[in-house]
Amino acid sequence: MRAFESAVLPHLDAAYTLARYLLRDEDDARDAVQDACLRALKYFREPQVVDPRPWFLQIVRNRCHTLRGTSSARADATEYDDNTHSPPAEDDAGPELPPGITPESVRNAVSQLPVKFREVLILREVQACSYEEIAQIVNAPVGTIMSRLSRARQRLRQALVPGRAGEMLT
Amino acid sequence: MSDEERDRDGALSALIREAMPPLTAPDDLREAIRSQLRARGRAALPLSATPSRWWLASPRASQWLAAASLLLVVGAGGWRLGRIQGRDRAQSEAVAQGALASHLRSLLGDHLTDVASTDRHTVKPWFAGKLDFSPPVADLATQGFPLIGGRVDYIGGRRVAALVYKHGAHFINVFVWPTSGGDTSVTSVAIQGYTVLHWTKGGMTYWAVSDVDPTALGTLAGLMQN
Repeated sequence: MRAFESAVLPHLDAAYTLARYLLRDEDDARDAVQDACLRALKYFREPQVVDPRPWFLQIVRNRCHTLRGTSSARADATEYDDNTHSPPAEDDAGPELPPGITPESVRNAVSQLPVKFREVLILREVQACSYEEIAQIVNAPVGTIMSRLSRARQRLRQALVPGRAGEMLT
Repeated sequence: MSDEERDRDGALSALIREAMPPLTAPDDLREAIRSQLRARGRAALPLSATPSRWWLASPRASQWLAAASLLLVVGAGGWRLGRIQGRDRAQSEAVAQGALASHLRSLLGDHLTDVASTDRHTVKPWFAGKLDFSPPVADLATQGFPLIGGRVDYIGGRRVAALVYKHGAHFINVFVWPTSGGDTSVTSVAIQGYTVLHWTKGGMTYWAVSDVDPTALGTLAGLMQN
């Protein structure tokens, strides 16, 4: 139990942050984190859990998807458009950001993103996870993560520059 | 600076970090989780099925994991019962109270069982003709919960099967009746020093009541779910 506590409890803030931004509801986020802790306890085997943070965040992320009713099957079904839709853009591709963008409009734009983009963006920008960690957490190859991140940023830019949104979406 | 570090450095990244800063888990959430884990740590010890020096006897830790996961289910359920809202919650509470009242009545008089038998092949057929369903009857004597018998009881306006088990000096009533709902994990409430566990499995709803150690009652619930 002590080993479990020292492995998992330091990551409660990260877990709550992920759940809160993924689910956009405080009560749901609390439920997801609590459930995830119990699940983590159930599956925790010390020698196998080398790096507790991504391991625990993966459980949190999966709980969030369950609570949202997003089946992993459905997420897999949309996988193809990660790599075949168009080649990943440069990170700085897209329109220049105009001045005066408010935090609220950023939050809104992020919350409008499809969840597979939102989660990689949160993990990368907010949680500062490495590509490898994100790959483990969302259970996808690193290459897919990089392309998703790039597309997530691209979409976000488009959403934040309303006048050019249509042009960029084609 | 590596490419990977650089890609979090742009104007867009800065905007996102400003709009969505890392959050701190609320203190009460942290405390709830800590106390759940503490309760689990304490409760793992007196589990009757495990040897007293289980941590030495079981280097593979599989036993404590099994015990922990069982408690886990009970604990998680207790939580969830706390969040059931409105009518459902009131209904659950009414049934829990009804189950406790039946349990107490069964111990007050001399009416614990209508059919006294430790043989499930005697108890199960006995219900036929007295109820419009056939409750699953498990023999759990080898796991420390000998079957004492059964009776027909009355909870929430319907006839239900009451299975009576014993654990040490304690009696356990398990009330069973059909439900249209799907399987649920075990939820627990404590009323007046008694523990009431509820779960749904295979189209039957189960309410187990006893003054036995909640951990032991959780063990019974786990056994009956398998």
